[in-house]
Amino acid sequence: MTATIEAHGLKKRFGKTIALDGLDLVADSGQVVAVLGPNGAGKTTFVRAVATLLRPDEGSLRVAGHDVREDSGAVRRAIGLAGQFAAVEPAMTGRENLEMVARLFGHGRRSAKSSAAAVLEQLGLADAGDRLARTYSGGMRRRLDLGASLVGAPRLLLLDEPTTGLDPRSRIELWDAIRTLVEGGTDVLLTTQHLDEADQLASHVVIVDHGRAVAAGSPTELKRRIGGDVVELHVRDGADLARAAELLARVDQGAPRIDVPTRRVSVRVDAGSDGLMTALRSVEDARIEIEDIALRQPNLDEVFLALTAQPTESHEPIAADAA
Amino acid sequence: MTTIASTERRNAGLATSTLTVARRALLRYLRTPQLIVLATIQMSLFFLIYRYMFGGAIHIAGMDYVDFLVPGFIATGVLFSGIGTATATAEDLEQGFTDRLRSLPIPRSSVLAARALADTAIFAWSTAFTAAIAFAVGFHLHGSALDGLAAFGLVIAFGFAFEWLFITLGLFAGNAQAAQGMGMIVFPFAFVSSAYVPVDSMPGWLQLFAENQPLTYMVDAVRALTLGPDADALLGHPASYFVVRALVWTLAIVAVALPVAVVKYRRG
Repeated sequence: MTATIEAHGLKKRFGKTIALDGLDLVADSGQVVAVLGPNGAGKTTFVRAVATLLRPDEGSLRVAGHDVREDSGAVRRAIGLAGQFAAVEPAMTGRENLEMVARLFGHGRRSAKSSAAAVLEQLGLADAGDRLARTYSGGMRRRLDLGASLVGAPRLLLLDEPTTGLDPRSRIELWDAIRTLVEGGTDVLLTTQHLDEADQLASHVVIVDHGRAVAAGSPTELKRRIGGDVVELHVRDGADLARAAELLARVDQGAPRIDVPTRRVSVRVDAGSDGLMTALRSVEDARIEIEDIALRQPNLDEVFLALTAQPTESHEPIAADAA
Repeated sequence: MTTIASTERRNAGLATSTLTVARRALLRYLRTPQLIVLATIQMSLFFLIYRYMFGGAIHIAGMDYVDFLVPGFIATGVLFSGIGTATATAEDLEQGFTDRLRSLPIPRSSVLAARALADTAIFAWSTAFTAAIAFAVGFHLHGSALDGLAAFGLVIAFGFAFEWLFITLGLFAGNAQAAQGMGMIVFPFAFVSSAYVPVDSMPGWLQLFAENQPLTYMVDAVRALTLGPDADALLGHPASYFVVRALVWTLAIVAVALPVAVVKYRRG
């Protein structure tokens, strides 16, 4: 098995902004790799470098065995890109959009027609295939965009924040579509800001921050390193916050975080539901009134806190991400 | 979805990819009512305003103002419809459509060539429509019909050349608003020319610019062809004098704007 993507010491700067600062990433064939990180971490810059849309300043980058600088044509034959915007033509039908991209991928007229029909079917858009894309909902448009990236049957799909801006249901539909592709044998590299998305789709997760990979592994490995789940307590009366935190400090891993404006206290737990039960019992015994108590996955902030011992800074979206 | 299928397939050539991408740009015009209505009536509407508002005030010795105006108006028309090209180019960049095309295994110049061709076709349509209106409101050819056709062909050739300038503008602007703003640079070129009024009615320093800028040569070439024998008296040179100069300018514009656009597009 060769690596689909091999990046070593990748650097890219835009003026004074350093978007990639020595990024290392290896994606093996047969894997779905998620690049997880906050805004401005360099995710989009990395995808654009892989897609030959920009040249890295330093370092080496091979995609499907081809050097992106020396053989960008071969790289473009191997990839399909779905960027952050649904890059479909609203004044064409779904079918026309797909046929156009298939033709550009080198299909003949008939083969473009049949690939487009197959992809519409695969993405659940067969019924809407002959409607103009401007009549599609946001979720359908995203699915069509995904279809456009795969109608050329690429070896590697690049999905840059594929579910950003979608409602929960469309999000799940898109996840299903991506999973079906993966079963069909397509390699996928996707970027996301959400741990749950990486968890749902990826077999390998690379966490990036400030243009560098800060951690990599399977979702299970990473979660083990992060320390399982989070119990979050929402108290009715802000005055109880300190007392609630004190109680939670005794649960499992301790070190609770308090968020005063939303009246919430959270603590990491290894033991999952046991941790939740312990926490619930102790607040009940202390007669603290609560609005809500929940067991949830750590959010990106907590992941970073655990992995890098510092919270994510509020990164300004940089030129590379906006581009 | 095997590796073999994607690596052994032949790439789409320059012609196929240019036509495929151009078709999309044309469909966008045809299926977006605002765009096609604008492309159809905007130019002729302005023509009617000039014809009837200024026509009464401006007198050209030896001819009707409408015969003076039509060649000027039509030859400078691309400057205004070109703003739409700059905007569309910038929009494609902004909305990620260009990224999709740039990630495909097609010759990168085909994307720009497609834009230039599609927008020239739309420009040819609005020019033909305006010309038809012009004939309806009193314009007529003083020379042969063949000269008239040559004049039309010349206008379309200028249009094609200028589309490359506007594509370049759109690529540098990066977003639609900026492209529209930058499009304002067309006004001095359109108005400080021989298009609407004779150059010798302008103050001296303006005449210097008006006489030597490309639009004046283009306008006078078209005018010489439509005015036939009457042109010599007005313009002082035979048609060939202006046509050659206008064509040299056309080639010069393509020779500069096309490579600049392609390099800018490649770099992203």
